[in-house]
Amino acid sequence: MPPKNSLVKNLLPSLDMPKRRRFLTGSASVAATLSVTSLTLPVNAEENPLWMKTPGKPMSGYGTPSTFEASVKRPFASGYPTVSPGTGSSRTPHQALEGTITPSGLHFERHHNGVPDIDPLQHELLIHGLVERPLLFKLDALSRYPLVNRVHFIECSGNSGPNSAPEPPQITAGAIHGLASTSEWTGVPLALLLHEAGIKPGATWILAEGADAASMSRSIPLNKALDDAMIALYQNGERLRPEQGYPMRLLLPGWEGNTNVKWLRRLKLTQAPTFTKDETSKYTDLQKDGLARQFTFGLGVKSVITFPSYGHKLERQGLYEITGIAWTGAGRITRVEISTNNGLSWKDATLQGPVHSKSFTRFRLPWHWHGTTHVLQSRATDDSGAVQPTRTVFTAPYAKGMNFHNNYIQAWAIDANGSLSNVYT
Amino acid sequence: MSTLKYRTDLAGPLMLVLSLGLVSCASPPDSGFSTAPSQGPGLGRVASASLLQRMDRSIMSNGEGLPAGSGTVAQGEKVYAAKCLSCHGDKGQGRPADPLVGGIGSLKTERPIRTVGSYWPYASTLFDYTRRAMPANAPMSLSDDETYALSAYILYLNGIIAEKEIMNANTLAQVSMPNRAGFIDYSAR
Ligand code: HEC
Repeated sequence: MPPKNSLVKNLLPSLDMPKRRRFLTGSASVAATLSVTSLTLPVNAEENPLWMKTPGKPMSGYGTPSTFEASVKRPFASGYPTVSPGTGSSRTPHQALEGTITPSGLHFERHHNGVPDIDPLQHELLIHGLVERPLLFKLDALSRYPLVNRVHFIECSGNSGPNSAPEPPQITAGAIHGLASTSEWTGVPLALLLHEAGIKPGATWILAEGADAASMSRSIPLNKALDDAMIALYQNGERLRPEQGYPMRLLLPGWEGNTNVKWLRRLKLTQAPTFTKDETSKYTDLQKDGLARQFTFGLGVKSVITFPSYGHKLERQGLYEITGIAWTGAGRITRVEISTNNGLSWKDATLQGPVHSKSFTRFRLPWHWHGTTHVLQSRATDDSGAVQPTRTVFTAPYAKGMNFHNNYIQAWAIDANGSLSNVYT
Repeated sequence: MSTLKYRTDLAGPLMLVLSLGLVSCASPPDSGFSTAPSQGPGLGRVASASLLQRMDRSIMSNGEGLPAGSGTVAQGEKVYAAKCLSCHGDKGQGRPADPLVGGIGSLKTERPIRTVGSYWPYASTLFDYTRRAMPANAPMSLSDDETYALSAYILYLNGIIAEKEIMNANTLAQVSMPNRAGFIDYSAR
């Protein structure tokens, strides 16, 4: 069907266009921005482009994305805009991204009283409690430890919350599922530091506390700390971003985001959980029977189709690639199936390697669209054998509106015009 | 042991170094290579008792860590009006920030309301959280006495303690919260 806006016509996606451009045109507002810009530039085939006839910009100290990508942003909101604007979240715009690594500046944020501006020279990590020697570590000391790098996702357990609304919200994949991001994290295995401090018998939990204005505090079983926990110092090769815990954060691969305490200042070995506010009032999962699950750390197997998804538009019939990301707190993604007929039949997508443990895995499946209506779904399986549940199955045990650890199947409907919408199935 | 997960990264080169050493004895004794890659350089500074006292302010659910001092409901009402009411509303009714009262008995219903009174299993959490994180516009500004008084007032508003009760390290730890048995421990699952 002809686009409403004639400007958009010039930018009709063609299959030989780069993927990024092809799907950006799907969003009406983005398409409009692009077309306005295009009019000011020579699009005429007879003329060589301006940027070939003038010297480009010189070098810069720190690169930024192309100005033409300015619309690729994290949507953000605070639950308390007037009194506590720093308590809220921003979300990774998955519908506009490819690959598996989230650019550091687009990693989701969830803060409980803003982002502290920490001087690393004045920041120390204290390890104390049931230890032989309470020890303090500065950033420069930790940077001299044997470091490891790991590609891991972090996901807030409140991710995908918008889908607990009674009617499916018509918002982008990122606005729904963007409280999950993947980075290459580099840091010190926590076990090394704990052994230096000397773990005393009786220690079974660790209280982790951040140096933000909430003193964010969570209790972690010691087992996890001795397993694959790290004190992350770098994200995607550079020092952590302030929003991600500069100068150091706890990284607990596969565990709910809030336990990956940012701006980490203190680890106290204890013989029981501390029962902090954010492991009682929040981040506990209330069931229908009035009891709440507590210390539900591991994140379930999950996937979301990022293209095509809400906001994209299939402008013409033909070959498309359905793609998205899958992840699990249990280990590796082993399979992602795609249905284009509302779950009646499923076909395996290709998993693009390397498939890291507790990390985003990109899946892809070529698909011909013939101008008919469809409901697209993806269903992931992990190496523990867990399969992504349906919305009905997932929500069954929980109290109304409870939405922590939501990992159910996302469905996108395509209408005959190629427009995408969010649907519950 | 679990640190092995990380050790695998270094196992290749390390094994090489070790086996070269064994077979040819070519590795000089002062090569400096660590034979224990899962060991750190020991750069931690031992923390003093006074520093521990300043930094460790968390309160355990049995009351461990509660400081000296005390506060009454009446004192708490005054502090609340001055430092909390603007965000948590009159008598903790909420708005613009979370309500601090109500919902007791609602958890099983169609509209569960989770507040300090209806949901939190321990009173220690109220003291711990208030002292470190509230008021949100000036965290860590409350004295211990003020924090006891505010805890008393909020518990009183929820009908959990009587108006005459005084909160201190002893009494706060004894407070029996309505939803004390409301949680299932999933940490080992
Ligand atoms: C500037 C606004 C503001 C002021 C003033 C304020 N609070 Fe808060 N309070 C908040 C916000 C915002 C939250 C939610 C924080 C979060 O989401 O982590 C909160 C959360 C709380 C909670 C946890 C509620 C729950 O059920 O999870 C308690 C308890 C609390 N405040 C007590 C107090 C007390 C006591 C005072 C007075 C000393 C106070 N607050 C002053 C903004 C405020």
